[in-house]
Amino acid sequence: MGFLDINNVTKSYGAVEVLHKVDIQVEEGEFLVLVGPSGCGKSTLLNMIAGLEGISSGEIAIKDRVVNNVTPSKRNIAMVFQSYALYPNMTVGQNITFGLEMQGTPKAERDKAMAEVASLLQIENLLARKPGQLSGGQRQRVAMGRALVRDPDVFLFDEPLSNLDAKLRVDMRTEIKKLHQKLGTTIVYVTHDQIEAMTLSTRIAVMYDGYVQQLGTPKEIYDTPANIFVATFMGSPAMNVLPAKLVEMNGAIHAEVGSGDGEKHLRIENAPEAYRSYIGKSVMLGIRPEAITDPEGADRNSRNIQALTNMVGVTEPAGADTFVTMELAGKDCVARMRADAEAHPGQPFEFAVNMDKAVLFDPQTEERIA
Amino acid sequence: MAVASSDTAIRSSNVTRTFIYLFLLLFALFYLMPLVIMVLNSLKPLSEITSGGMIAMPREWTIEPWLSAWSTAQIGVEPTGLRPYFINSIAMAVPAVAISTVAGALNGYVLTKWHFRGATWIFGLLLFSCFIPFQIVLIPMARILGLLEIAGTTYGLILVHVVYGIGFSTLYFRNYYAAFPTELVRAAQIDGAGFFQIFWRIMLPSSGPIIAVCCIWQFTNIWNDFLFGASFASGDAAPMTVALNNLVNSSTGERPYNVHFAGAIMAAGPTLLVYIVAGRYFVRGLMAGSVKG
Repeated sequence: MGFLDINNVTKSYGAVEVLHKVDIQVEEGEFLVLVGPSGCGKSTLLNMIAGLEGISSGEIAIKDRVVNNVTPSKRNIAMVFQSYALYPNMTVGQNITFGLEMQGTPKAERDKAMAEVASLLQIENLLARKPGQLSGGQRQRVAMGRALVRDPDVFLFDEPLSNLDAKLRVDMRTEIKKLHQKLGTTIVYVTHDQIEAMTLSTRIAVMYDGYVQQLGTPKEIYDTPANIFVATFMGSPAMNVLPAKLVEMNGAIHAEVGSGDGEKHLRIENAPEAYRSYIGKSVMLGIRPEAITDPEGADRNSRNIQALTNMVGVTEPAGADTFVTMELAGKDCVARMRADAEAHPGQPFEFAVNMDKAVLFDPQTEERIA
Repeated sequence: MAVASSDTAIRSSNVTRTFIYLFLLLFALFYLMPLVIMVLNSLKPLSEITSGGMIAMPREWTIEPWLSAWSTAQIGVEPTGLRPYFINSIAMAVPAVAISTVAGALNGYVLTKWHFRGATWIFGLLLFSCFIPFQIVLIPMARILGLLEIAGTTYGLILVHVVYGIGFSTLYFRNYYAAFPTELVRAAQIDGAGFFQIFWRIMLPSSGPIIAVCCIWQFTNIWNDFLFGASFASGDAAPMTVALNNLVNSSTGERPYNVHFAGAIMAAGPTLLVYIVAGRYFVRGLMAGSVKG
């Protein structure tokens, strides 16, 4: 049993099931991120943990106590909302202590708790102001203060950074991570931003269409995505997924990309046993942009760098890197190069493909072959 | 060249402006004329009116008609003046406005923030009550007031006006709260606030403009109502509107127009006052939710 148990939980609205048998165990101190495109059910799941939405079947337990029929305030959780949801008619101080006041905590204790949280978040000078007089970043802090002051078992964050501008978002992201490391609290965090998910989490649940597609550490999710959806959703730019065919040449398995004259063969070393049954069949070959580089920029620790000469389509310098698009097997394929790589549009270029990082998917089920 | 043309632009806009203000002034005069006549005539002796000087300024200023209308004029059979009926109207309108506003706010809160099956239907039915003509309900209402044994009393009138007011006040508050962020209610739920605590501590403090709108609307309607007043509360419990009618109809001999004018202004006074004090919220509240900010 974990600290927060989500056991076979489903959610239906009438006859429509929007969340299908979700099963997640969260350990104490874990930072779980629920990530997925809008409408995937991640916010619904969070609201169900919070008690703001009913549970159609299955059960949710916090610290081994089933909370299906427990009201939100009795679950010992705190939530930070996307819009911050600060009470506009109350000062910052009143906002922070409202929850304690509702629980009947004496004033002296409330003030002490408020002072602690205010100094932790460095908002002491804002306590007498109204939310309307605060900037976005300050509101965000107050919203976190309101959650922290209650010392809950589980923190729930519902896209807390999506209302901030890009720079502030990165700053607050770091701050949330620092806070988690410092306090060691258990957090469930909903976002649609895969970078937030990767940077913040200890584990990620990628959701799509009401299903948890994959649950794992950021590294597992990134390196061994369970299916094509997870592969393309996580990572920016998205993973290149190309139609290919597995062939056996000279005793080694190769991925044959393209057809006719333009076909190219990429050798796969240490192929899992499962690949054998796909020999002669078509597969989907997934390669992350950073696994396709210029030869000088290739990963020196990799044992299987394959050269591939192809026409350069478009180059997009992004400062630190240059993204190079080429056409492979009828699809645009993005490569991530050093900033000063000598790739020029319309000219042939020798790409270095790190086949150690390549993954294969079944074209029918879209599941990873392993 | 540029200077000259901008100069012309300013001059022509000045001309336009003058016309606009003249026009507005004319309309203001047109609308204010009746009030001016009423005030002037309420401040002159009866002889000046009967001798044909209705539009003239008073030659002799007097507040006698006002005193008479307030405390000594004949209303029906009693020479009580309008004072007891004014008090009746206050005693009717204030609780009726307060109750229907609070009930409307609660309805709006429940209809928008606590979803339940059939909420839209209930709102539709409440809305429908706004469009039921008064005359239709007179007889059933008289029966109900009789059964409750509050027929002919101010309490009866309060009940009637609350029942009739809830439709409108619910409409106002429902629309206002529909634009009120639901996340605030959810945050308060997690913070442990109950149904009424959320209402009193979170919703109501943010409802200033719509409370003003609702109060103005309800007060104007309830204060100015004649039909219910005349039907359900004649005699000592009659509201101001009914008493004014009685004042005008019950004088014998020479009609004291100056007293009638003073009484009419007294009857219109409170609604005017409410508009002047809270009127600026009216437009603001009506617009709230329809546009951002």
